[in-house]
Amino acid sequence: MVSPSVLVLLAWMAVPLAMTLYFSLIRYNLLYPGDNEFVGLENFTFFLTDEGFTAGMTNTLLLVCSVLLISVVVGVLIAVLVDTPFWGRGIVRVLLISPFFIMPTVSALVWKNLLLHPVSGVFAAVWRFFGAEPIDWFSTYPMEAIILIVSWQWVPFAVLLLMTAMQSLDQEQKDAARLDGAGPIAIFWHITLPHLARPIAVVVMIETIFLLSIFAEIFTTTGGGPGYETTNLAYLIYSQALLQFDVGLASAGGLVAVVLANVAAIILIRMIGKNLTDKA
Amino acid sequence: MNIKNTLAGCIATGMLAISTVSSGATTVTVGTVNNGDMIIMQRLSAEFEKQHPDIKLDWVILEENVLRQRLTTDIATNGGQFDVMTIGMYEAPIWGKLGWLETMDNLPEDYDIQDVIPSVRDGLSANGTLYALPFYGESSMTFYNKDLFSKAGISMPEQPTWQQMSEFASKTHDPENGIYGMCLRGKPGWGENMALLSTMVNTYGGRWFDEEWKPEINSPQWKEAIGFYIDLMSNYGPPGVSSNGFNENQALFSSGKCAIWVDATSAAGRLLNPKESQVGDSVGFASAPVAVTPKGSGWLWAWALAIPTSSDAKEAAKEFMLWATSKSYIELVGESDGWASVPPGTRASTYDNPKYVQQAPFAALTTQAMQNADPTDSTLEPVPYTGVQFVAIPEFQSIGTQVGKMISGALSKQMTLDEALDSSQKIAEREMKRYYK
Repeated sequence: MVSPSVLVLLAWMAVPLAMTLYFSLIRYNLLYPGDNEFVGLENFTFFLTDEGFTAGMTNTLLLVCSVLLISVVVGVLIAVLVDTPFWGRGIVRVLLISPFFIMPTVSALVWKNLLLHPVSGVFAAVWRFFGAEPIDWFSTYPMEAIILIVSWQWVPFAVLLLMTAMQSLDQEQKDAARLDGAGPIAIFWHITLPHLARPIAVVVMIETIFLLSIFAEIFTTTGGGPGYETTNLAYLIYSQALLQFDVGLASAGGLVAVVLANVAAIILIRMIGKNLTDKA
Repeated sequence: MNIKNTLAGCIATGMLAISTVSSGATTVTVGTVNNGDMIIMQRLSAEFEKQHPDIKLDWVILEENVLRQRLTTDIATNGGQFDVMTIGMYEAPIWGKLGWLETMDNLPEDYDIQDVIPSVRDGLSANGTLYALPFYGESSMTFYNKDLFSKAGISMPEQPTWQQMSEFASKTHDPENGIYGMCLRGKPGWGENMALLSTMVNTYGGRWFDEEWKPEINSPQWKEAIGFYIDLMSNYGPPGVSSNGFNENQALFSSGKCAIWVDATSAAGRLLNPKESQVGDSVGFASAPVAVTPKGSGWLWAWALAIPTSSDAKEAAKEFMLWATSKSYIELVGESDGWASVPPGTRASTYDNPKYVQQAPFAALTTQAMQNADPTDSTLEPVPYTGVQFVAIPEFQSIGTQVGKMISGALSKQMTLDEALDSSQKIAEREMKRYYK
């Protein structure tokens, strides 16, 4: 009974993968129609020896790690802060998580043209107000600017998860600790943080998967440049397929990226998944 | 009851109207660039639709780099998404030779193809066959702000040199008041920063390839030209140069923020138009700057309309193209938007028209620049390729885009000039080894 659906699913997955595999083994440049000979692993060697490849790898890692670090640290702090009741907490919570619901392209455009623009941006206006020279973010600190934009988008996701988790924290346990003379820092360190360990693990896992393929923010702001400064693997593959029209090379790159993503996933599941089940 | 009846009536007539439109009309999808002249074309096309009730136009207007990518993937995969494509002198002969474009023969008598400037016609042909109809043609020239120049007590010669540019920029540069000495393209892309930079390399005596097709991107001439450009822009350029393209610079110059701008002649009309420019009264024009040799110092380009063979509305598409590139269209723009705004650089008759010559002080300079630009002889040393600001081979799109990216890296000081040019050289060598036989 299940076999038809399994077959459909298999075809759904296997056909694109098989086509990518096939394309990666032939010479396939859109600008040279009819010249599709079998070239073996040439596309792979070209992709792996491309100057952009090392840059793409380092930038992907840098981007994922920095955004993860920022969203976990800032996320925990914000979640703990808004856990104590105060006037207008509902509105503050909604505002805190709203950046997550903005489309990546839109938020990138807003950051590029309204906030970080060296002539007309809000930041430039503030800089000038204090008599400082405005910073041209996307050419002087391109990677930092991208990390800033992506973090702005993904911190709310962490806040959302951690905020919900905070609500299940046993209030009596905290009261008992307070009676025993524990200060707020000790309570945070020994009660809150261990309680948040599992939601943090979930945040890390889900965000890693999405951050590996960040594209829209880079495309709209820096176009992978200047130089290779903000080219990550996703952007590199895009540039080969659609700016250089080399489908063969891009397919090889796509397969390399699939392997790398799987390696990352296995490591994550080994480390975090185990952590999750152990404590259950 | 009454309301219900009227409502039903409305819906019925509405559906009738929709069905008559959809049954009779052919839809022509036009892909074009978001440059000012094309925006005017889109606005005025209502006129065309009025004349041809059986043709409905569907517009896809995109930024240059994005448009190229959409059009190239569509035509190469035989996608058939577009019926009219806006392409340039680089694509027309290459795509035409591949059999991707409809030939432009059997044009009606009153279209007067002989009126089209010969260098433009040649640039859009391969082996004597025309593959696209020119919408506007351009070379490059120097724009400067006369007010700022007289304030600084300097004057622009008719044929400036790049060395003088740097001197003029230093005298007019006043960032405290939001005025920058020099605006040039910095946005990476073979049709963006590399268009200008190729002409700089040409005039400094450099070339893309030697006669054996070996790239020469890290030659001393390239180093001198690109090094000069980077110094110029870091000292006297506006902030954010590495993301400024043609449209961004036009906005900066026309709001009075730039003293000098070297770019396409086609911007001239808009800089004079008081509706679009705050500096209309003080724009001055001069030839594109030269250095070692005048050869290849100004580019030659035409944006043209072409029909991909995959189109399913070729007749209607051709009808539209004939309208948009005709003498009467130029007349129409002249009447509605002023003569200085008509699409320049395609027809001799435009330059014979006293109304145009009178309102467009840059007309003579434009034709002169377009005549001087010779795609078959644009470098000091001999080369195996044609093209002034591009190399007419399919690999160039990839090479030019990547080199543009490297140079924007050097411009924003993320790498040194030598690193950028050495990587560029390596990229070009790899690309040529892989595909050129």
